[in-house]
Amino acid sequence: MSGRGSVSGSPFGTGAVALRIDGLRKSFGSLEVLRGIDLQLAEHEVVCLIGASGSGKSTLLRCVNLLEPIDAGRIAVEGEEITASGVDVDRIRRRIGIVFQAFNLFPHMSVLDNVTLAPRRVLKLSRSEADAQALELLGRIGLVDKAREFPDRLSGGQQQRVAIVRAIAMHPDLLLLDEVTSALDPELVAEVLSLVRELAQGGMTMLIATHEMGFARDIASRVCFLDAGRILEEGPPEQIFRAPREERTQRFLQRVMEAGRL
Amino acid sequence: MTALGGLGPRDQGDLLGSPGRRSRSRRSGQGALRSTAIAFLSTFVFFGFLAWIAVNSPGWPLVQQAFFNGELFANSLPDIAGAFWVNVQLFLIAEVLILVLALVIAVLRSSPGPVLFPIRLLATAYVDVFRALPGVLIIYILGFGIPGLNVNGVPTDPFFYAVVALTLIYSAYVSEVYRAGIDSVHPSQSAAARSLGLSQWQALRYVVLPQAIRRVIPPLLNDFIGLQKDTVLVSYIGVVEIFRQSQITEAAHFNYTPYLATALVFLVVTIPLARFTDWLVARDRRRAAANR
Repeated sequence: MSGRGSVSGSPFGTGAVALRIDGLRKSFGSLEVLRGIDLQLAEHEVVCLIGASGSGKSTLLRCVNLLEPIDAGRIAVEGEEITASGVDVDRIRRRIGIVFQAFNLFPHMSVLDNVTLAPRRVLKLSRSEADAQALELLGRIGLVDKAREFPDRLSGGQQQRVAIVRAIAMHPDLLLLDEVTSALDPELVAEVLSLVRELAQGGMTMLIATHEMGFARDIASRVCFLDAGRILEEGPPEQIFRAPREERTQRFLQRVMEAGRL
Repeated sequence: MTALGGLGPRDQGDLLGSPGRRSRSRRSGQGALRSTAIAFLSTFVFFGFLAWIAVNSPGWPLVQQAFFNGELFANSLPDIAGAFWVNVQLFLIAEVLILVLALVIAVLRSSPGPVLFPIRLLATAYVDVFRALPGVLIIYILGFGIPGLNVNGVPTDPFFYAVVALTLIYSAYVSEVYRAGIDSVHPSQSAAARSLGLSQWQALRYVVLPQAIRRVIPPLLNDFIGLQKDTVLVSYIGVVEIFRQSQITEAAHFNYTPYLATALVFLVVTIPLARFTDWLVARDRRRAAANR
Protein backbone atom coordinates (compact mmCIF):
# COMPACT_ATOMS: atom_id res chain seq x y z
CA MET A 1 0.00 0.00 0.00
CA SER A 2 2.76 2.43 0.91
CA GLY A 3 4.60 1.79 -2.34
CA ARG A 4 1.84 3.31 -4.41
CA GLY A 5 1.75 6.99 -5.15
CA SER A 6 4.78 7.99 -3.11
CA VAL A 7 5.86 11.45 -4.03
CA SER A 8 9.31 12.82 -4.06
CA GLY A 9 9.77 16.47 -3.43
CA SER A 10 6.51 16.78 -1.51
CA PRO A 11 6.76 19.76 0.79
CA PHE A 12 4.89 17.85 3.49
CA GLY A 13 7.13 15.02 4.58
CA THR A 14 8.38 12.03 2.72
CA GLY A 15 5.53 9.57 3.37
CA ALA A 16 3.31 8.15 0.67
CA VAL A 17 0.37 10.28 -0.37
CA ALA A 18 -2.77 9.17 1.48
CA LEU A 19 -5.07 11.73 -0.08
CA ARG A 20 -4.64 13.98 -3.05
CA ILE A 21 -7.23 16.52 -4.12
CA ASP A 22 -6.81 18.49 -7.36
CA GLY A 23 -8.99 21.35 -8.53
CA LEU A 24 -12.06 20.19 -6.63
CA ARG A 25 -15.20 22.18 -7.38
CA LYS A 26 -18.66 21.73 -5.97
CA SER A 27 -21.84 23.76 -6.30
CA PHE A 28 -25.24 23.48 -4.74
CA GLY A 29 -27.50 25.03 -7.35
CA SER A 30 -26.07 28.43 -8.15
CA LEU A 31 -23.99 28.53 -4.97
CA GLU A 32 -20.40 27.47 -5.57
CA VAL A 33 -19.26 26.05 -2.23
CA LEU A 34 -15.85 24.71 -3.26
CA ARG A 35 -14.00 26.76 -5.83
CA GLY A 36 -10.89 24.81 -6.70
CA ILE A 37 -9.42 22.94 -3.75
CA ASP A 38 -5.91 21.46 -4.01
CA LEU A 39 -4.77 19.48 -1.03
CA GLN A 40 -2.43 16.61 -0.24
CA LEU A 41 -2.14 14.48 2.86
CA ALA A 42 0.79 12.20 3.49
CA GLU A 43 0.20 8.97 5.36
CA HIS A 44 0.02 9.49 9.14
CA GLU A 45 -0.48 13.20 8.63
CA VAL A 46 -3.15 15.13 10.52
CA VAL A 47 -4.51 18.14 8.69
CA CYS A 48 -7.00 20.53 10.26
CA LEU A 49 -9.39 22.62 8.22
CA ILE A 50 -10.36 25.88 9.87
CA GLY A 51 -12.56 28.67 8.65
CA ALA A 52 -15.90 30.32 9.19
CA SER A 53 -19.17 28.41 8.92
CA GLY A 54 -20.08 28.15 5.25
CA SER A 55 -16.47 28.27 4.08
CA GLY A 56 -16.82 24.74 2.69
CA LYS A 57 -15.12 22.57 5.33
CA SER A 58 -17.93 20.07 5.73
CA THR A 59 -18.67 19.94 2.03
CA LEU A 60 -15.02 19.17 1.33
CA LEU A 61 -15.11 16.23 3.75
CA ARG A 62 -18.40 14.94 2.32
CA CYS A 63 -16.92 15.12 -1.19
CA VAL A 64 -13.88 13.10 -0.12
CA ASN A 65 -16.23 10.46 1.29
CA LEU A 66 -18.21 10.54 -1.98
CA LEU A 67 -21.34 11.49 -0.08
CA GLU A 68 -21.57 14.48 -2.44
CA PRO A 69 -20.95 14.13 -6.16
CA ILE A 70 -18.30 16.61 -7.30
CA ASP A 71 -18.56 18.97 -10.28
CA ALA A 72 -14.92 19.16 -11.30
CA GLY A 73 -11.47 18.04 -10.20
CA ARG A 74 -10.24 14.73 -8.93
CA ILE A 75 -9.66 13.00 -5.62
CA ALA A 76 -7.22 10.13 -5.15
CA VAL A 77 -6.84 7.95 -2.05
CA GLU A 78 -3.62 5.96 -1.70
CA GLY A 79 -2.94 6.70 -5.36
CA GLU A 80 -6.29 5.43 -6.61
CA GLU A 81 -8.56 7.97 -8.21
CA ILE A 82 -11.90 7.62 -6.41
CA THR A 83 -13.77 10.20 -8.46
CA ALA A 84 -13.19 8.35 -11.74
CA SER A 85 -16.34 7.12 -13.41
CA GLY A 86 -17.23 3.48 -12.80
CA VAL A 87 -15.51 3.34 -9.42
CA ASP A 88 -17.26 1.14 -6.85
CA VAL A 89 -18.14 3.76 -4.26
CA ASP A 90 -18.94 1.21 -1.57
CA ARG A 91 -15.43 -0.22 -1.84
CA ILE A 92 -13.93 3.29 -1.60
CA ARG A 93 -16.02 4.33 1.39
CA ARG A 94 -14.85 1.24 3.27
CA ARG A 95 -11.38 2.76 3.25
CA ILE A 96 -12.46 6.25 4.27
CA GLY A 97 -14.11 6.71 7.63
CA ILE A 98 -16.14 9.80 8.47
CA VAL A 99 -17.46 11.00 11.80
CA PHE A 100 -20.26 13.53 11.76
CA GLN A 101 -21.07 16.51 13.93
CA ALA A 102 -24.40 14.95 14.97
CA PHE A 103 -22.90 11.47 15.67
CA ASN A 104 -25.51 9.77 13.46
CA LEU A 105 -25.45 6.58 15.49
CA PHE A 106 -28.17 4.11 14.55
CA PRO A 107 -30.77 4.60 17.30
CA HIS A 108 -32.45 1.22 16.84
CA MET A 109 -29.26 -0.73 17.50
CA SER A 110 -27.18 -1.32 20.60
CA VAL A 111 -23.77 0.30 20.82
CA LEU A 112 -22.20 -3.05 19.98
CA ASP A 113 -24.38 -3.52 16.89
CA ASN A 114 -23.61 0.03 15.77
CA VAL A 115 -19.92 -0.83 15.80
CA THR A 116 -20.23 -4.31 14.30
CA LEU A 117 -22.78 -3.62 11.54
CA ALA A 118 -20.31 -2.64 8.83
CA PRO A 119 -17.58 -5.17 9.77
CA ARG A 120 -20.19 -7.93 9.61
CA ARG A 121 -22.13 -6.83 6.53
CA VAL A 122 -19.33 -5.26 4.50
CA LEU A 123 -16.15 -7.04 5.60
CA LYS A 124 -18.13 -10.26 6.19
CA LEU A 125 -16.66 -10.88 9.62
CA SER A 126 -18.47 -13.47 11.72
CA ARG A 127 -20.51 -12.16 14.61
CA SER A 128 -18.00 -13.44 17.14
CA GLU A 129 -15.04 -11.91 15.30
CA ALA A 130 -16.83 -8.59 14.90
CA ASP A 131 -18.00 -8.59 18.52
CA ALA A 132 -14.52 -9.36 19.81
CA GLN A 133 -13.02 -6.53 17.80
CA ALA A 134 -15.76 -4.09 18.79
CA LEU A 135 -15.49 -4.97 22.49
CA GLU A 136 -11.73 -4.49 22.32
CA LEU A 137 -12.19 -1.03 20.76
CA LEU A 138 -14.95 -0.11 23.23
CA GLY A 139 -12.67 -1.26 26.02
CA ARG A 140 -10.01 1.16 24.85
CA ILE A 141 -12.41 4.08 25.20
CA GLY A 142 -13.79 2.78 28.49
CA LEU A 143 -17.28 2.06 27.17
CA VAL A 144 -17.29 -1.72 27.17
CA ASP A 145 -19.97 -1.70 29.87
CA LYS A 146 -22.21 0.30 27.52
CA ALA A 147 -21.97 -2.24 24.71
CA ARG A 148 -25.54 -3.49 25.20
CA GLU A 149 -27.04 -0.04 25.74
CA PHE A 150 -28.86 1.91 23.06
CA PRO A 151 -27.34 5.20 21.92
CA ASP A 152 -30.02 7.37 23.57
CA ARG A 153 -28.82 6.12 26.98
CA LEU A 154 -25.36 7.60 26.39
CA SER A 155 -24.09 11.14 26.86
CA GLY A 156 -23.19 13.14 23.76
CA GLY A 157 -19.50 12.63 24.41
CA GLN A 158 -19.98 8.89 24.77
CA GLN A 159 -22.07 8.78 21.60
CA GLN A 160 -19.43 10.63 19.63
CA ARG A 161 -16.71 8.31 20.91
CA VAL A 162 -18.80 5.34 19.84
CA ALA A 163 -19.24 6.97 16.42
CA ILE A 164 -15.46 7.29 16.13
CA VAL A 165 -15.00 3.67 17.16
CA ARG A 166 -17.64 2.65 14.62
CA ALA A 167 -15.57 4.31 11.90
CA ILE A 168 -12.28 2.87 13.22
CA ALA A 169 -13.70 -0.65 13.24
CA MET A 170 -13.48 -0.62 9.44
CA HIS A 171 -9.70 0.04 9.64
CA PRO A 172 -9.89 2.99 7.28
CA ASP A 173 -6.84 4.35 5.47
CA LEU A 174 -8.13 7.83 6.11
CA LEU A 175 -10.43 9.27 8.76
CA LEU A 176 -12.49 12.41 8.20
CA LEU A 177 -13.81 14.28 11.25
CA ASP A 178 -16.53 16.84 10.60
CA GLU A 179 -16.69 19.23 13.57
CA VAL A 180 -17.04 16.28 15.90
CA THR A 181 -17.26 18.39 19.04
CA SER A 182 -19.56 21.16 17.80
CA ALA A 183 -22.74 19.48 19.02
CA LEU A 184 -21.34 18.66 22.46
CA ASP A 185 -21.75 20.38 25.79
CA PRO A 186 -18.43 22.05 26.71
CA GLU A 187 -17.63 19.60 29.51
CA LEU A 188 -17.88 16.67 27.07
CA VAL A 189 -15.50 18.06 24.45
CA ALA A 190 -12.29 16.97 26.17
CA GLU A 191 -13.05 13.23 26.19
CA VAL A 192 -13.69 13.25 22.45
CA LEU A 193 -10.61 15.33 21.64
CA SER A 194 -8.37 13.11 23.74
CA LEU A 195 -9.60 10.10 21.76
CA VAL A 196 -8.76 11.90 18.52
CA ARG A 197 -5.31 12.70 19.94
CA GLU A 198 -4.76 9.02 20.70
CA LEU A 199 -5.68 8.16 17.13
CA ALA A 200 -3.21 10.73 15.84
CA GLN A 201 -0.48 9.28 18.04
CA GLY A 202 -1.39 5.85 16.69
CA GLY A 203 -0.58 7.08 13.20
CA MET A 204 -4.10 7.51 11.80
CA THR A 205 -4.22 9.77 8.77
CA MET A 206 -6.87 12.37 9.47
CA LEU A 207 -8.51 15.34 7.83
CA ILE A 208 -10.31 17.31 10.52
CA ALA A 209 -12.75 20.18 10.15
CA THR A 210 -12.84 21.94 13.49
CA HIS A 211 -13.67 25.10 15.40
CA GLU A 212 -11.42 24.05 18.29
CA MET A 213 -8.37 26.17 17.53
CA GLY A 214 -6.39 25.10 20.56
CA PHE A 215 -6.92 21.49 19.59
CA ALA A 216 -5.95 22.18 15.97
CA ARG A 217 -2.77 23.87 17.13
CA ASP A 218 -1.86 20.85 19.28
CA ILE A 219 -2.72 18.05 16.96
CA ALA A 220 -2.29 19.25 13.39
CA SER A 221 0.80 18.71 11.34
CA ARG A 222 -0.70 21.29 9.02
CA VAL A 223 -3.57 23.74 9.19
CA CYS A 224 -5.57 24.92 6.18
CA PHE A 225 -7.62 28.08 6.37
CA LEU A 226 -10.65 27.85 4.11
CA ASP A 227 -12.32 31.00 2.90
CA ALA A 228 -15.24 31.09 0.47
CA GLY A 229 -14.49 27.69 -1.01
CA ARG A 230 -10.74 28.07 -1.38
CA ILE A 231 -7.75 27.14 0.74
CA LEU A 232 -6.51 30.64 1.30
CA GLU A 233 -3.55 29.76 3.46
CA GLU A 234 -1.92 26.61 4.73
CA GLY A 235 1.07 25.83 6.83
CA PRO A 236 2.28 24.42 10.12
CA PRO A 237 0.02 25.41 13.02
CA GLU A 238 2.60 27.63 14.72
CA GLN A 239 2.87 29.72 11.56
CA ILE A 240 -0.89 29.89 10.87
CA PHE A 241 -1.81 30.76 14.45
CA ARG A 242 1.16 33.02 15.30
CA ALA A 243 1.97 34.66 12.01
CA PRO A 244 -0.81 34.32 9.49
CA ARG A 245 0.16 35.83 6.17
CA GLU A 246 -3.28 36.53 4.77
CA GLU A 247 -5.38 39.37 6.07
CA ARG A 248 -8.53 37.25 6.04
CA THR A 249 -6.84 34.60 8.15
CA GLN A 250 -5.79 37.27 10.62
CA ARG A 251 -9.33 38.65 10.79
CA PHE A 252 -10.80 35.17 11.28
CA LEU A 253 -8.36 34.32 14.07
CA GLN A 254 -8.97 37.71 15.64
CA ARG A 255 -12.70 36.99 15.78
CA VAL A 256 -12.07 33.52 17.19
CA MET A 257 -9.82 34.96 19.87
CA GLU A 258 -12.42 37.57 20.80
CA ALA A 259 -14.90 34.74 21.22
CA GLY A 260 -12.49 33.11 23.65
CA ARG A 261 -11.93 30.00 21.59
CA LEU A 262 -8.14 30.31 21.28
CA MET B 1 -75.01 2.06 29.51
CA THR B 2 -71.61 1.87 27.90
CA ALA B 3 -68.59 0.09 29.21
CA LEU B 4 -66.51 3.23 29.01
CA GLY B 5 -68.98 5.28 31.02
CA GLY B 6 -68.20 3.30 34.13
CA LEU B 7 -64.48 3.97 34.02
CA GLY B 8 -62.83 6.82 35.81
CA PRO B 9 -61.58 9.71 33.70
CA ARG B 10 -58.05 8.62 34.38
CA ASP B 11 -58.65 5.25 32.75
CA GLN B 12 -60.82 6.90 30.19
CA GLY B 13 -57.92 9.15 29.31
CA ASP B 14 -55.80 6.07 28.64
CA LEU B 15 -58.47 4.20 26.73
CA LEU B 16 -59.55 7.10 24.61
CA GLY B 17 -56.01 8.30 24.16
CA SER B 18 -56.58 11.79 25.48
CA PRO B 19 -53.58 12.60 27.64
CA GLY B 20 -54.78 16.12 28.47
CA ARG B 21 -57.69 14.89 30.50
CA ARG B 22 -55.57 12.32 32.25
CA SER B 23 -52.99 14.74 33.51
CA ARG B 24 -55.63 17.16 34.75
CA SER B 25 -57.47 14.48 36.69
CA ARG B 26 -54.33 13.57 38.65
CA ARG B 27 -54.86 16.44 41.04
CA SER B 28 -56.52 14.74 43.97
CA GLY B 29 -58.37 11.60 44.90
CA GLN B 30 -61.56 13.44 45.68
CA GLY B 31 -61.43 15.43 42.43
CA ALA B 32 -60.92 12.23 40.46
CA LEU B 33 -63.90 10.60 42.16
CA ARG B 34 -66.05 13.59 41.36
CA SER B 35 -64.93 13.58 37.70
CA THR B 36 -65.75 9.89 37.49
CA ALA B 37 -69.23 10.49 38.84
CA ILE B 38 -69.84 13.34 36.40
CA ALA B 39 -68.55 11.31 33.43
CA PHE B 40 -70.75 8.40 34.40
CA LEU B 41 -73.79 10.56 34.86
CA SER B 42 -73.38 12.54 31.63
CA THR B 43 -72.84 9.35 29.64
CA PHE B 44 -75.92 7.77 31.19
CA VAL B 45 -78.06 10.85 30.55
CA PHE B 46 -76.82 11.29 26.97
CA PHE B 47 -77.33 7.72 25.80
CA GLY B 48 -80.46 7.34 27.90
CA PHE B 49 -81.92 10.31 26.08
CA LEU B 50 -81.06 8.84 22.65
CA ALA B 51 -82.59 5.50 23.65
CA TRP B 52 -85.71 7.27 24.92
CA ILE B 53 -86.14 9.03 21.55
CA ALA B 54 -85.75 5.75 19.67
CA VAL B 55 -88.10 3.78 21.87
CA ASN B 56 -90.78 6.48 21.74
CA SER B 57 -90.60 6.97 17.98
CA PRO B 58 -93.70 5.95 15.99
CA GLY B 59 -91.85 3.21 14.10
CA TRP B 60 -90.25 1.64 17.17
CA PRO B 61 -92.52 -1.44 17.47
CA LEU B 62 -91.74 -2.42 13.88
CA VAL B 63 -88.00 -1.77 14.22
CA GLN B 64 -87.95 -3.71 17.46
CA GLN B 65 -89.59 -6.65 15.73
CA ALA B 66 -87.28 -6.49 12.70
CA PHE B 67 -83.94 -5.95 14.47
CA PHE B 68 -84.26 -7.09 18.06
CA ASN B 69 -85.54 -10.63 17.92
CA GLY B 70 -83.79 -12.23 20.86
CA GLU B 71 -84.51 -15.80 19.88
CA LEU B 72 -83.36 -15.36 16.29
CA PHE B 73 -80.28 -13.55 17.58
CA ALA B 74 -79.33 -16.51 19.74
CA ASN B 75 -80.10 -19.00 16.99
CA SER B 76 -78.26 -17.20 14.20
CA LEU B 77 -75.17 -16.23 16.17
CA PRO B 78 -73.36 -19.61 15.85
CA ASP B 79 -73.77 -19.67 12.05
CA ILE B 80 -72.70 -16.07 11.76
CA ALA B 81 -69.72 -16.46 14.03
CA GLY B 82 -68.80 -19.57 12.03
CA ALA B 83 -68.98 -17.65 8.76
CA PHE B 84 -66.78 -14.98 10.32
CA TRP B 85 -64.00 -17.55 10.32
CA VAL B 86 -63.90 -17.03 6.54
CA ASN B 87 -63.37 -13.29 7.10
CA VAL B 88 -60.64 -14.06 9.60
CA GLN B 89 -58.85 -16.29 7.08
CA LEU B 90 -59.30 -13.60 4.43
CA PHE B 91 -57.75 -10.83 6.42
CA LEU B 92 -55.02 -12.90 8.00
CA ILE B 93 -53.79 -14.15 4.62
CA ALA B 94 -54.28 -10.76 2.97
CA GLU B 95 -52.46 -8.92 5.80
CA VAL B 96 -49.34 -11.02 5.39
CA LEU B 97 -49.37 -10.55 1.60
CA ILE B 98 -50.06 -6.82 1.97
CA LEU B 99 -47.17 -6.32 4.40
CA VAL B 100 -44.79 -7.85 1.85
CA LEU B 101 -46.19 -6.43 -1.40
CA ALA B 102 -46.64 -2.92 0.01
CA LEU B 103 -43.06 -2.90 1.30
CA VAL B 104 -41.74 -3.95 -2.10
CA ILE B 105 -43.72 -1.18 -3.78
CA ALA B 106 -42.65 1.43 -1.23
CA VAL B 107 -38.99 0.47 -1.68
CA LEU B 108 -39.33 0.57 -5.47
CA ARG B 109 -40.93 4.01 -5.31
CA SER B 110 -38.13 5.26 -3.05
CA SER B 111 -35.41 3.83 -5.28
CA PRO B 112 -32.95 6.40 -6.61
CA GLY B 113 -31.34 6.93 -9.97
CA PRO B 114 -32.55 7.50 -13.53
CA VAL B 115 -32.12 3.85 -14.52
CA LEU B 116 -34.94 2.78 -12.24
CA PHE B 117 -37.33 5.45 -13.51
CA PRO B 118 -39.60 2.97 -15.36
CA ILE B 119 -39.94 0.92 -12.18
CA ARG B 120 -40.82 4.00 -10.14
CA LEU B 121 -43.33 4.95 -12.82
CA LEU B 122 -44.96 1.52 -12.68
CA ALA B 123 -45.10 1.50 -8.90
CA THR B 124 -46.57 4.99 -8.86
CA ALA B 125 -49.16 4.08 -11.49
CA TYR B 126 -50.17 1.02 -9.48
CA VAL B 127 -50.63 3.02 -6.29
CA ASP B 128 -52.60 5.73 -8.11
CA VAL B 129 -54.92 3.31 -9.91
CA PHE B 130 -55.73 1.12 -6.95
CA ARG B 131 -56.35 4.05 -4.66
CA ALA B 132 -58.56 5.73 -7.26
CA LEU B 133 -60.88 2.78 -7.91
CA PRO B 134 -63.66 1.82 -5.47
CA GLY B 135 -62.76 -1.46 -3.80
CA VAL B 136 -66.03 -3.11 -4.77
CA LEU B 137 -65.27 -2.47 -8.44
CA ILE B 138 -61.86 -4.11 -8.21
CA ILE B 139 -63.39 -7.11 -6.44
CA TYR B 140 -66.04 -7.42 -9.17
CA ILE B 141 -63.61 -7.05 -12.06
CA LEU B 142 -61.13 -9.57 -10.67
CA GLY B 143 -63.66 -11.98 -9.21
CA PHE B 144 -65.89 -12.22 -12.28
CA GLY B 145 -63.59 -11.05 -15.06
CA ILE B 146 -60.54 -13.24 -14.73
CA PRO B 147 -62.32 -16.59 -14.14
CA GLY B 148 -64.58 -15.54 -17.04
CA LEU B 149 -61.61 -15.70 -19.39
CA ASN B 150 -61.83 -19.50 -19.11
CA VAL B 151 -58.09 -19.86 -19.41
CA ASN B 152 -56.79 -23.27 -18.43
CA GLY B 153 -55.13 -23.34 -15.03
CA VAL B 154 -56.59 -20.02 -13.87
CA PRO B 155 -58.23 -20.55 -10.49
CA THR B 156 -62.00 -20.25 -10.24
CA ASP B 157 -62.33 -20.18 -6.47
CA PRO B 158 -63.87 -16.81 -5.45
CA PHE B 159 -61.93 -16.96 -2.17
CA PHE B 160 -58.71 -16.78 -4.20
CA TYR B 161 -59.87 -13.64 -6.01
CA ALA B 162 -61.11 -12.16 -2.76
CA VAL B 163 -57.61 -12.45 -1.28
CA VAL B 164 -56.00 -11.10 -4.46
CA ALA B 165 -58.37 -8.13 -4.70
CA LEU B 166 -58.04 -7.14 -1.03
CA THR B 167 -54.26 -7.50 -1.24
CA LEU B 168 -54.05 -5.30 -4.33
CA ILE B 169 -56.38 -2.64 -2.91
CA TYR B 170 -54.76 -2.40 0.50
CA SER B 171 -51.16 -2.72 -0.66
CA ALA B 172 -51.61 0.58 -2.49
CA TYR B 173 -52.58 2.32 0.75
CA VAL B 174 -50.09 0.51 2.96
CA SER B 175 -47.20 1.20 0.56
CA GLU B 176 -47.89 4.91 1.09
CA VAL B 177 -47.71 4.36 4.84
CA TYR B 178 -44.37 2.60 4.46
CA ARG B 179 -43.12 5.34 2.17
CA ALA B 180 -43.99 8.02 4.70
CA GLY B 181 -42.02 6.00 7.25
CA ILE B 182 -39.01 5.69 4.95
CA ASP B 183 -39.10 9.43 4.24
CA SER B 184 -39.28 10.16 7.97
CA VAL B 185 -35.87 8.60 8.65
CA HIS B 186 -33.35 11.43 8.44
CA PRO B 187 -31.01 11.22 5.42
CA SER B 188 -28.04 11.44 7.80
CA GLN B 189 -28.83 7.87 8.89
CA SER B 190 -28.46 6.62 5.36
CA ALA B 191 -25.33 8.76 4.91
CA ALA B 192 -23.79 7.26 8.06
CA ALA B 193 -24.50 3.75 6.78
CA ARG B 194 -23.18 4.47 3.29
CA SER B 195 -20.05 6.12 4.72
CA LEU B 196 -19.21 2.82 6.41
CA GLY B 197 -19.26 1.08 3.05
CA LEU B 198 -22.76 -0.40 3.22
CA SER B 199 -24.47 -0.59 -0.15
CA GLN B 200 -27.67 1.28 -0.93
CA TRP B 201 -29.64 -1.89 -0.30
CA GLN B 202 -27.79 -2.74 2.93
CA ALA B 203 -28.34 0.78 4.26
CA LEU B 204 -32.04 0.40 3.52
CA ARG B 205 -32.24 -3.10 4.93
CA TYR B 206 -30.31 -2.62 8.16
CA VAL B 207 -30.63 1.08 8.97
CA VAL B 208 -33.58 2.80 7.27
CA LEU B 209 -36.32 0.17 7.14
CA PRO B 210 -36.05 -1.02 10.76
CA GLN B 211 -36.55 2.57 11.93
CA ALA B 212 -39.22 3.33 9.33
CA ILE B 213 -41.33 0.26 10.09
CA ARG B 214 -41.23 0.86 13.81
CA ARG B 215 -42.63 4.33 13.27
CA VAL B 216 -45.48 3.27 11.00
CA ILE B 217 -46.87 0.39 13.06
CA PRO B 218 -49.83 2.46 14.39
CA PRO B 219 -50.96 3.70 10.94
CA LEU B 220 -50.43 0.17 9.58
CA LEU B 221 -52.77 -1.23 12.22
CA ASN B 222 -55.22 1.51 11.33
CA ASP B 223 -55.29 0.31 7.74
CA PHE B 224 -55.77 -3.25 8.93
CA ILE B 225 -58.85 -2.20 10.89
CA GLY B 226 -60.21 -0.95 7.57
CA LEU B 227 -59.24 -4.18 5.87
CA GLN B 228 -61.01 -6.32 8.46
CA LYS B 229 -64.26 -4.49 7.78
CA ASP B 230 -63.78 -4.47 4.02
CA THR B 231 -63.62 -8.27 3.95
CA VAL B 232 -67.44 -8.15 3.76
CA LEU B 233 -67.15 -6.62 0.25
CA VAL B 234 -66.06 -9.97 -1.18
CA SER B 235 -69.57 -11.31 -0.48
CA TYR B 236 -70.39 -9.73 -3.88
CA ILE B 237 -68.40 -12.37 -5.76
CA GLY B 238 -69.96 -15.29 -3.94
CA VAL B 239 -67.74 -15.90 -0.94
CA VAL B 240 -70.01 -17.03 1.88
CA GLU B 241 -68.53 -14.98 4.68
CA ILE B 242 -70.18 -13.29 7.61
CA PHE B 243 -72.20 -10.71 5.68
CA ARG B 244 -73.45 -13.18 3.05
CA GLN B 245 -74.33 -15.61 5.86
CA SER B 246 -76.35 -12.95 7.65
CA GLN B 247 -78.14 -12.15 4.37
CA ILE B 248 -79.00 -15.83 3.99
CA THR B 249 -80.35 -16.03 7.54
CA GLU B 250 -82.22 -12.76 7.08
CA ALA B 251 -83.86 -14.06 3.89
CA ALA B 252 -84.89 -17.28 5.63
CA HIS B 253 -86.66 -15.48 8.50
CA PHE B 254 -87.58 -12.12 6.96
CA ASN B 255 -85.86 -10.51 9.92
CA TYR B 256 -82.85 -8.19 10.20
CA THR B 257 -81.61 -9.40 13.58
CA PRO B 258 -78.72 -11.37 11.95
CA TYR B 259 -77.22 -8.05 10.82
CA LEU B 260 -77.18 -6.93 14.42
CA ALA B 261 -75.35 -10.12 15.34
CA THR B 262 -72.87 -9.43 12.53
CA ALA B 263 -72.36 -5.90 13.78
CA LEU B 264 -71.70 -7.25 17.26
CA VAL B 265 -69.05 -9.67 15.96
CA PHE B 266 -67.22 -6.82 14.21
CA LEU B 267 -67.36 -4.63 17.29
CA VAL B 268 -65.90 -7.38 19.42
CA VAL B 269 -63.01 -7.96 17.01
CA THR B 270 -62.27 -4.46 15.76
CA ILE B 271 -62.59 -2.28 18.85
CA PRO B 272 -59.78 -4.04 20.76
CA LEU B 273 -57.50 -3.53 17.76
CA ALA B 274 -58.47 0.15 17.59
CA ARG B 275 -57.80 0.58 21.32
CA PHE B 276 -54.46 -1.24 20.96
CA THR B 277 -53.49 1.06 18.09
CA ASP B 278 -54.31 4.16 20.11
CA TRP B 279 -52.38 2.76 23.04
CA LEU B 280 -49.33 2.22 20.81
CA VAL B 281 -49.57 5.79 19.52
CA ALA B 282 -49.83 7.16 23.05
CA ARG B 283 -46.91 5.02 24.20
CA ASP B 284 -44.72 6.18 21.32
CA ARG B 285 -45.61 9.78 22.10
CA ARG B 286 -44.66 9.29 25.75
CA ARG B 287 -41.36 7.67 24.75
CA ALA B 288 -40.57 10.44 22.31
CA ALA B 289 -41.29 12.99 25.04
CA ALA B 290 -39.06 11.12 27.50
CA ASN B 291 -36.16 11.15 25.06
CA ARG B 292 -36.42 14.81 24.33
